[in-house]
Amino acid sequence: MKRFKKVLSTFMATAMVASMIVGCADATEGSAPAEGSASGEATFKIGAIGPLTGGAAAYGNAVCNAAELAVEEINAAGGINGFKVEYSKEDDELNAEKSVNAYNTLKDWGMQVLVGSTTSACSIAVSEYTKADNMFQLTPSGSAVDCVKYDNAFRVCFSDPNQGIASAQYISDKKLATKVGIIYDSSDVYSNGIYQKFVEESEGKNFEIVSAEAFTQDNNTDFSVQLQKAKDAGADLVFLPIYYKDASLILTQANTMGYSPIFFGVDGLDGLLTVDNFDTSLAEGVMLLTPFAADATDDLTVNFVTKYKEKYGEVPNQFAADAYDAVYIIKEAIEKAGVTPDMSVSEIGDKLKAAMVEIEASGLTSSKMTWDASGEPNKEPKAVVIKDGAYVSAQ
Amino acid sequence: MKKKYDNLITYGIVILAFIIFQVLAATGNLSSHMRGLLVPMTYYAVIAVALNLCVGILGELSIGHCGFMCIGAFTSAFFSKVTQNVLPTAPRFILAFVVGIAFAALFGFLIGIPVLRLKGDYLAIVTLAFGEIIKTVINAFYIGIDKHGLHFSLKNAMELGMEPDGEVIVNGAMGITGTPHDANFTISIVVLLLALFVVQNLVNSRDGRAIMAIRDNAIAAEATGINITKYKMLAFVISAAIAGAAGVLYSHNITSLTASSQYFGFNASIMILVYVVLGGIGNIRGSVIAACILYVLPELLRGLNTYRMLIYSIILIVMMIVNWSPKVIDWRKKTFGRFTVRKGAKA
Repeated sequence: MKRFKKVLSTFMATAMVASMIVGCADATEGSAPAEGSASGEATFKIGAIGPLTGGAAAYGNAVCNAAELAVEEINAAGGINGFKVEYSKEDDELNAEKSVNAYNTLKDWGMQVLVGSTTSACSIAVSEYTKADNMFQLTPSGSAVDCVKYDNAFRVCFSDPNQGIASAQYISDKKLATKVGIIYDSSDVYSNGIYQKFVEESEGKNFEIVSAEAFTQDNNTDFSVQLQKAKDAGADLVFLPIYYKDASLILTQANTMGYSPIFFGVDGLDGLLTVDNFDTSLAEGVMLLTPFAADATDDLTVNFVTKYKEKYGEVPNQFAADAYDAVYIIKEAIEKAGVTPDMSVSEIGDKLKAAMVEIEASGLTSSKMTWDASGEPNKEPKAVVIKDGAYVSAQ
Repeated sequence: MKKKYDNLITYGIVILAFIIFQVLAATGNLSSHMRGLLVPMTYYAVIAVALNLCVGILGELSIGHCGFMCIGAFTSAFFSKVTQNVLPTAPRFILAFVVGIAFAALFGFLIGIPVLRLKGDYLAIVTLAFGEIIKTVINAFYIGIDKHGLHFSLKNAMELGMEPDGEVIVNGAMGITGTPHDANFTISIVVLLLALFVVQNLVNSRDGRAIMAIRDNAIAAEATGINITKYKMLAFVISAAIAGAAGVLYSHNITSLTASSQYFGFNASIMILVYVVLGGIGNIRGSVIAACILYVLPELLRGLNTYRMLIYSIILIVMMIVNWSPKVIDWRKKTFGRFTVRKGAKA
């Protein structure tokens, strides 16, 4: 009896292993015909990775939806160099480990170019693997410095430090303030990165940092202490390198305290006007550096926003804009390099790397973007100010 | 004798699985998705074994075990980063294991002093709190290195006051990036086998029987002269050390290491607890198998797109019921029981 149990458990374990192998075999078989069809009717295969479930799903969905939209547009217009584009997306649950799994899944599918990952930590983890495969990686919104550490990785958005530097320069150039207070999220990579560079860059500028107060995601409901400190120190501008949800609370609480400095934010503040139950009149006069404003009136933005709304029923944010641009940037680089789908992933990677530093792209997030070999984009930061409940470009 | 045979089966399953996967990989039959899953699967099995020692053998519910994994991950990644250009890969990785395991064991000991005075639910809540503390404290650390040595700050990276050539190694919430990618499937399997060896031999030893006696009845155990504190501590520290080893594998497999809740928070700890409960509390082999299945399952469900997390949860519920509901166990005995008896009689 006992003995049989052991035999049974061994058998079950073998069955389990066998079932997993069957699973693997399926996966390889699944990719085989895809490669076969590549010789018949060749297509480019672009994959995207982002958090499609969980707390950060808004970002991942924005990226994956916008990339999908761009791919559809490109296919409708005849594809890239006459080749159609296939698109696939995978979920990473905002987890670096899962992001690598998502990457491997896409690789099995036959991906040739990666748009992703959406978030910084995931992007860094994945870049270790794209480097090994020499796959071309263009992250739309991975803003940490290390995301583009390798030569095969490029990005569309500004890096965190560049946002900090740009903000400090902007405040100094426009003489917006003499005393600056900062409220940042010490538990967040993005916020920390911007904060650090902002402080470094402020040295020797015409303003002085009088308070720098942190909060974390575990105590982000009451900001009265941080605001009081900034107020007591006489800050006439409060820099908020944080996401819009926390910022909406800060604005509300500052209002009840009767404290009204200039609030200055970065691209994380984009979305402030869409917060539920937030009195948008409080956001009047808030300045932010953002690459994309959904209510801009140029043809490209209007076209993108209408199509996106039609298809997905919501107003696209800057993540969506970055991803949309990313697909078009890849198109431009492929056209420049004369890449064809029958090349190997590594060949495509080499050619696109070379082409990236030569192209000059224009898109939603900037009318002129160029790259150098480091993978960082060169583009003008855009500042907007909120006036009558809408973004107006700041003078 | 029976126990020994039972243990051998566990090693056999692990080694068999290893050989099968190696053969598949060598013949090119393993998709890169599956290949990428092998190492994570193994280190989750390792930490499931560690937690089973604490929950199943010692009988104390810990829901902060990922905290020890976090310590193992950070200390070893820190060590590997610092010595990256000094030591060759093999000795560096071995030393990284020593460092990670030693620190996890040390913290297991320190945390064990207050925690093990409690029992049951109270203990569970305190371990949860400690897990969160570990995560939060690591998030506040800034450590850099330059030619003058180590710099340390709790405020921000600028406070380190380093020379321009200095390198920030632990950057607060941004954690450690660029840890060398040393872990591979073979090493992970060796670690799993060692963890199994340690735990299974402990269980079958005099110490192990003492530990289980404490679990079954602490007062009776104390009356027979067993030093309760000592044995509780022994099991807890070993459990923390093995969790630390899982952390070392973790940090040397994924190059961006952040102490955020999705990796080391109590949710992650509870996920490990799910592996242990599904595999059977006190059943070491069960934990290994359950950890592998439950880690791979959501990955195999990727084809279902947005529904996959829902389906995963449903499968989890079904698996729990099928495995552990008394009614279902009765039904299984009735349906398959005859078959078992006949086979058993033959054997």
